[in-house]
Amino acid sequence: MHMADALVSPAVAGTMYAVSTAAAAYSVKEVKLEDLDRKVPVMGVMGAFVFATQMINFTIPGTGSSGHLCGGMLLSAILGPCAGFLTMIAILAIQCLLFADGGLLALGCNVWNMAFYGCFIGGFLIWRMMNKKRMTKGTITAASITGCIVGLQLGAFSVTIETLLSGITELPFTVFLGMMQPIHLAIGLVEGLITAAVLVFIYEARPEILYGYEQADEKAAGRMSRKGTVTALAVLALVIGGVVSLFASGYPDGLEWSMEKVAGTTELTASGGVYQIAEKLQSMTAFLPDYAFKASDSAAGTSVSGIAGGIVVLAVCFGVCVLIKKVKRTEG
Amino acid sequence: MSRISDAITDLHKMDMEAGKAGWLQGIHPLPKLLVTLIFILLTVSFGKYDLSGLLKMGIYLIVLFVMGDISVKLLLKRMKVVLLFVCLVGIANPFFDRKLMFLLGELEVTGGMISAVTLMFKGIFAVSASYALMVTTSMEDICYALRKLCIPKMFVTILMLVYRYIILFLKETERMTDAYMLRAPGQKGVHYKAWGTMIGQLLLRSMDRAQTVYDSMMLRGYNGEFYLRCKHKAGNGDYLYMLVWTAVLTFIRAM
Repeated sequence: MHMADALVSPAVAGTMYAVSTAAAAYSVKEVKLEDLDRKVPVMGVMGAFVFATQMINFTIPGTGSSGHLCGGMLLSAILGPCAGFLTMIAILAIQCLLFADGGLLALGCNVWNMAFYGCFIGGFLIWRMMNKKRMTKGTITAASITGCIVGLQLGAFSVTIETLLSGITELPFTVFLGMMQPIHLAIGLVEGLITAAVLVFIYEARPEILYGYEQADEKAAGRMSRKGTVTALAVLALVIGGVVSLFASGYPDGLEWSMEKVAGTTELTASGGVYQIAEKLQSMTAFLPDYAFKASDSAAGTSVSGIAGGIVVLAVCFGVCVLIKKVKRTEG
Repeated sequence: MSRISDAITDLHKMDMEAGKAGWLQGIHPLPKLLVTLIFILLTVSFGKYDLSGLLKMGIYLIVLFVMGDISVKLLLKRMKVVLLFVCLVGIANPFFDRKLMFLLGELEVTGGMISAVTLMFKGIFAVSASYALMVTTSMEDICYALRKLCIPKMFVTILMLVYRYIILFLKETERMTDAYMLRAPGQKGVHYKAWGTMIGQLLLRSMDRAQTVYDSMMLRGYNGEFYLRCKHKAGNGDYLYMLVWTAVLTFIRAM
């Protein structure tokens, strides 16, 4: 996807240099706020690593063709998006200067199309979003594949726009877009799979290297604690019982609807001694009949009913659990 | 893997060329970098039908390649990469732009044909200019020029480090892939089952190496900055080189 100088006009090249420079300036500022001394040599070595491994061909099963590693996503997953972005710029500059892969004038475009989307969209937004709460093999794989596909699709789209704005090709926009997007969808999928394979290996061997692993681990550990779980459930029950219950449907539920259709009423009356005793007992224990205060239609009654119901259910559950535990201990 | 060996050989060749004692190698890197950028900028600014104007820009390249005794062998090799994508974009022009420009005997030369050829020449000229810069200027000198252009030192340091470690990593990657291929004869690339382990192992080794590099740099007094120096100071000749070329190229463009 490296763009050559011939494909861009000075105006487009200048604009893309400006936006890429802005992103690079932001990245330099962000990296400086972190551990600058330690990070720079790591960035240099990692850049050389990505450069070298991009030359390895990976067989795509069943196709007879091969793909290579997605650098921006991998670097961001290890160094973080800002450090990864700066390293990608260095790689692109060397590819352009030493191997004529992309032009000197088109460097701004290439940085934007390949480094910006790969590092900030794939490596920052998608990687962070998918691995924020909990990092697993599944989330790593999903983030790598999605990040590479989205990054490459956006990159290919930008190439089309930049070339057309430069007035280089006579190809209609839709035809050019139709050529670029599908092929980069396939490339993105393969690159995503390769990147996922490498990152999953790292996750199994040394997960602390991965960007955002420690925060995700802390969050996952916090979620597993009993106190946190009970608090979250209690809050959720109060919210649902107290607030969401106000929006409960006034229409009959499935059973009531069926009864209404068959018997013409939702409230069936029964006569007999047993029924009367049960009804009397129910009216004594039900302090919130029909989910409201007695002889009142206020909304507060519905809320209190929801909250009280939640608390009673939690208390019953807790009591049953304690009982089961005690029985198990006695048996043991 | 031949692709990796080729890259290593190319890097060595370019390093050797840049280290030679010659007229172009003796010019300060900053004027050389600026003239190259000006040349590329003016080259791509030509209109899509202005082939005759564009061809005049070739004067700069002819002077550089002849006077600087630059080998074109390596240039032709890297031209393939660029021309492939340029041709892909330009190939459609003759089909969509059928405006008749002139007759060449019996042949009707259309606007699309001219724009496609112009595009290819733009690509050839831009790559040739970058190549001429790189075979006459070492990476250290380029980094020095970038610092002079106020590019942040952090970025220049990363660029330097990536360049320094490329050969090392290329050789290591080549060893690994060679070892893999010897155990998997007839296989086109690395099998999908080995994708993670192979590159993952290399990545872990790289991270350890980065730590070692950092430790050794700290022991040698690294404080976050690489001190770059140029072999020679910019003199009157260097400024004259820049002024003359800027004037000539601007004149050609304005003609």
